Order: sequence, then structure tokens, then C-alpha cells
Amino acid sequence: MSTRKTLFDKVWDSHVVKHIENGPDVLFIDRHMVHEVTSPVAFLGLKNRNIRVMHPEKTFATADHNTPTINQHLPVTDPLSANQLKMLEENATEYGISYWGLGHEKNGIVHVVGPEYGITLPGATIVCGDSHTSTHGAFGAIAFGIGTSEVEMVLASQCIMQPKPKSMRINITGELQYGVTPKDVALFIISQLTTSGATGYFVEYAGDVFSNMTMEGRMTVCNLSIEMGARGGMIAPDETTFHYIKDREFTPKGEAWNKAMDYWQTLYTDEGAEFDKELTFDGSQIEPMITYGTNPGMGMGISNDIPNSDTIQGGVASYKKSLQYMAFDEGDTMIGKPIDFVFLGSCTNGRIEDFRAFASIVKGRRKAENVTAWLVPGSHKVEAAIKDEGILDILTEAGFELREPGCSACLAMNDDKVPAGKYAVSTSNRNFEGRQGPGSRTLLASPLVAAAAAVTGKVTDPRELMEKEFA
Amino acid sequence: MAYDKFNILKTSAVPLPIENVDTDQIIPARFLKATERKGFGDNLFRDWRYNSDDSPKQDFILNNPIYSGKILVGGKNFGSGSSREHAAWAIYDYGFRCVVSSFFADIFRNNCLNIGVLPVQVSPEFLDRIFQSIEADPNTLFEVNLPDQSITILSTGEQELFDINDYKKENLLNGFDDIDYLLNIKEDIREFAKSRPL
Repeated sequence: MSTRKTLFDKVWDSHVVKHIENGPDVLFIDRHMVHEVTSPVAFLGLKNRNIRVMHPEKTFATADHNTPTINQHLPVTDPLSANQLKMLEENATEYGISYWGLGHEKNGIVHVVGPEYGITLPGATIVCGDSHTSTHGAFGAIAFGIGTSEVEMVLASQCIMQPKPKSMRINITGELQYGVTPKDVALFIISQLTTSGATGYFVEYAGDVFSNMTMEGRMTVCNLSIEMGARGGMIAPDETTFHYIKDREFTPKGEAWNKAMDYWQTLYTDEGAEFDKELTFDGSQIEPMITYGTNPGMGMGISNDIPNSDTIQGGVASYKKSLQYMAFDEGDTMIGKPIDFVFLGSCTNGRIEDFRAFASIVKGRRKAENVTAWLVPGSHKVEAAIKDEGILDILTEAGFELREPGCSACLAMNDDKVPAGKYAVSTSNRNFEGRQGPGSRTLLASPLVAAAAAVTGKVTDPRELMEKEFA
Repeated sequence: MAYDKFNILKTSAVPLPIENVDTDQIIPARFLKATERKGFGDNLFRDWRYNSDDSPKQDFILNNPIYSGKILVGGKNFGSGSSREHAAWAIYDYGFRCVVSSFFADIFRNNCLNIGVLPVQVSPEFLDRIFQSIEADPNTLFEVNLPDQSITILSTGEQELFDINDYKKENLLNGFDDIDYLLNIKEDIREFAKSRPL
């Protein structure tokens, strides 16, 4: 067997407690993030078995899925949501887990606050009962979403049992065009692979486009790995990574930092290591993207027309059903289609760079009359930066309001629901039927495309509104 | 939690010949607010099954009394999207014990295995044959045989074998769960944890 290892091999293999022949690996988990929706039944399981959390110090709880994004200082009005939040707080207290609940200064979306406070580290294994846990792979961690039974396993034993996935490397070479963001790169990849093209694989992203990308951009890309079916995606840590994590609250300090750095610098794919699958794309060919259907694979360059059903891969009936739901026709141009809602936020695009991008377009313009816009920071830290950097002033002047942190309209568990039949240009991650509210119609796009839609009231190529120098 | 043992299932099946059925369709997010694993079956495929006034949509398969059984047959890439185990719970709670497709999303497949619902992956051709045989006769019986790892269309005898790893097979046959296993190797885990100071 080759001694040349992939980044993924290095991290996975170093966490295997035990390998079961013709079965899964028992994988040790360094960081377990917990939120209110997928944890209560797991805690109930612990109670029924009368066991404790094995490593509360490796477990971090935050409330995000169910929380309101206005008036967070007031009691939560939805009794079911309030109950879930109360349960998480009680469970965290009972088992000695740190809890960043509603109103806590560190509260925010689990995949935004983890990196912000240095909980997310290179070479770590990170799980959470949420499929977008793949976000943390941006740091060279193995991070993936798990189900509630597995949440219970990790609480009980700090391990899960999973077969090792296959490996895939996706290289994107060259330089991105101006107006093309990490979100567009990810939507492009998914449009090429389809929503099942990476199922069974763990992906490493490599090439100039990712080397030149900021940590926030890398998080956006890794976040969307699950949307092509991949368990997760990761990027080898480099100076950009180390610079980002240094001196954050939970990162190692002093001698421990030096020791960790020695290890982290070994985290790359060895020259000649083999992948089960390898794909390469030219980054300069990617356009600002938009989706037109009901899964994230149904995306295309914003200036293109909706493909005809005889040219698509996969089932024609499902494709037609999808367009019917969206009330679009084959061959339609997306540019100029009127929209009703804009959502800036989520674990995909709720970070400060996303708000900077959005502000760069709306600056000096006005929100379109027909548009309802929900701008939801990913965390209190992002919210504070929006204010400190003067972005709030730009947004306010353009007729926008800023809401309080949470998952919000990405999955519409709280009151932020897009009404039936309405169109939303959304920076989130899923355009499934009803995802943003029963009957809602979602167009996934970057913060730039969302901003262009917000000020024009229709699908607009953001490059028409951009200053060259911003890109 | 421990679950029902799975051995041989002989039953009719409910066909859902749609690709990329995501877990948001299986159970929409607004029904994830419970703190106990109860009653999720009522909201299985909620927005495909009911109108906004809660009246049943007559053309949806679960509302058509001619289809029944403990097997749900879905199109390619079944269970994609959100990791919510509630999707598997809803399928179980409704009364299904087996889901058949030509391709499953990873997390959904794991979630099913962890609660005792058997995901059976068949070839696209065999999946078509299953859909055709149900279309010809909604009462068509199927046998899902876990010990033999086979699925058979009983009316025609057509059969295909499916994969499952030995460990999970053993668990399903006996109703064992992973936590019992993990608790039994707790000392190994404790020892391992010492090498992971992070």
C-alpha cells in the first residue's frame, strides 16, 4: 500500500479508535457542536440509559435554527420553539456543556460561531446534527453532519461509527472573473456534478482559486459540499488559515500553538497520493450563478437560459415537475424575472465579507419597492462588525434593515417565511420546494446577485452595477 | 435506542417515482420542533400530502387507498439534503420498515440504519421493474430478505441482491444499536482520548 496519503487520509486515519472488519470505523470526535433542533431526543436517550456526556469540554451548544431574528430580548412567542430552546439550555446545564443561547454575546449560527471563536481547528474531527457542518472543512478539518442517533453516540462516547468514505479531489485552476464569488464557484461545481455526484465521497478542494480564497470564502465552498451529496469537503490549511485562527479565544496559545502548528503544517495531500476520483475545472469560465429549479444542482450562469429537458441528465419528469413548481419554462431567460424577497444570511453567506459584498452594490442605491429584504447576520460578532465598519449606515440609507442573528429564512423554522408562490433570491443553500416557507420559490445566488436583485426588484447581473475596482 | 429486529419482510409497496426526494419534502422544517420522537408519521410528506387548509391532496400516493405496505419505493438520490433524522423517524412512524431506491443520500441511509429502517439499493433497471410491477398490480408482494440480502418481486420471481456491511446487518437482525457497542469499548476510547489533547 502506498505511504503517500491524502489530506483526508491523514486526518481520518489518526482518529480511528478501532476498525471493524467489513464494518465501520469507530472514529474519535474532537469537537461536537449541538443545536436545539437535533439534540433533544439524543439527550433523552442519555437519560433513558442513565449515562453522562463523556466529554462535555469538547461539546459546544448554541441556539440558532429556531430563534426569532427580531426582538430577541423578548420571550420567544412560539411555544414549541420556546420549549426546544429551554430544553437545550436545561440539557447543557445538566451535562456541563457550554451554551451560547439567545441573548448570549457569542450566540449565532453554529457554523459561523465555531470558526469565529477558534473552536474549529485544522486536523480536527468535527460533527454536528446539521448537514452544513461541512463548513468547518475550510480549515482542513474533517467535518460532517450526523443524525440524532449519532448525536447521542457522540454525547455518550465521543465517537461515531462510519465506514471511511471514498476520496475525490476537485481542482479549480486559474483566476475568477470579477463579480464571481466563492458562492458562484460552489454553485458551479454542484451544477456540474448534480446533487448526487459526490455521494459516498469526501472532497478535497485544490488549485489556485482556493489558495487565493479568504477563509470566509473557503467556508462558503465547503459549506455547500453536502449539496452535491458529499459527506464533506476540505481545504489544506495554509498561511491564510493559520493567520485566521491565531489568537482566537479557543485556539491553542504559546507552546501549545507551536506544537499544534508543527502538526498542522503536515496536513496536505502528499505528492502522488491517489484519489478515487479527480476533477478539474477552469475557474475563469465561471460566471455569477443562479438556480432556477428545486435542487441546488439546477443552477447556471446568470446570463444563460433555462435548459431544455431533452439536454439534461436525469429524469425528465422530475425536471418538469421542478420547473412547474417554480412556474418557469424551459428556455426562459432568468435576467429580468421579477422577484419578491431577498435573503442575505445563513451559514453559507452570513459572514462579514458577504455583508461587505452586498453593501458594495446597494451603496448609493435604494431598495426596490416590491422587495422585502431580510438581512440576517450569522452571529453577534458579524452584527458588531457590520456596525463598526459603517455597513449598517450604507444599508439603512439604502432602505434596508438589519435583523438579529440566526438561521432565519434559510429553513424558515421561525417566522421568517417566504409566502406561497413568491420568489426569493437567497444567499442560503437550498432551493427545495417549500424550504423557505410552504409554497415558496427560491433562487440561490451570491450576495452580489442578491444585492443586485434587491435594488432592481428583478434578477439582474450584478456586474452591471459594480465598480470595477471592487472585484 | 434499541429497535425492532429486521429479518424477512413480505409486503406490498408504495411507489414514489420521483428523483432527488429531499428530506425537506419527507418532513418540512416546521415540524421539527418536537422534543420527543413521537408522531412524526402524521407529517410525512406533509406538503405533498396535504393542501394548506390541511385537506388531503387526492392525487398524492399516500392518499390513494389502493397503495399500501411496509416498503416505500423512491426514485434516484432519495433522502438528499438536510441531516434531520426526523425524516427517517417519519417514515418509520408512518409504518414503513424498508425504503428501496437506486441511490440513497449518505446521511439519510445512515439515519435509517440507525433506527431499524432498511435502505435497499437496487439497480436502476430493477427499480424500474418494481415500479412497473406495482403499476400493473398495486397488491404485488415483495420479499426483502435481510439474511440473504435479496429483494424479490414475488409475482415474477425476479430478484436482486443488495449490499449491507456485516456489522450493520448483524445489528438489524438482532435489534442491537451502536451505542451499546460504543459503551462496551469505552476503555479503549478513554485510552485513545489521551492522545487527542485538543
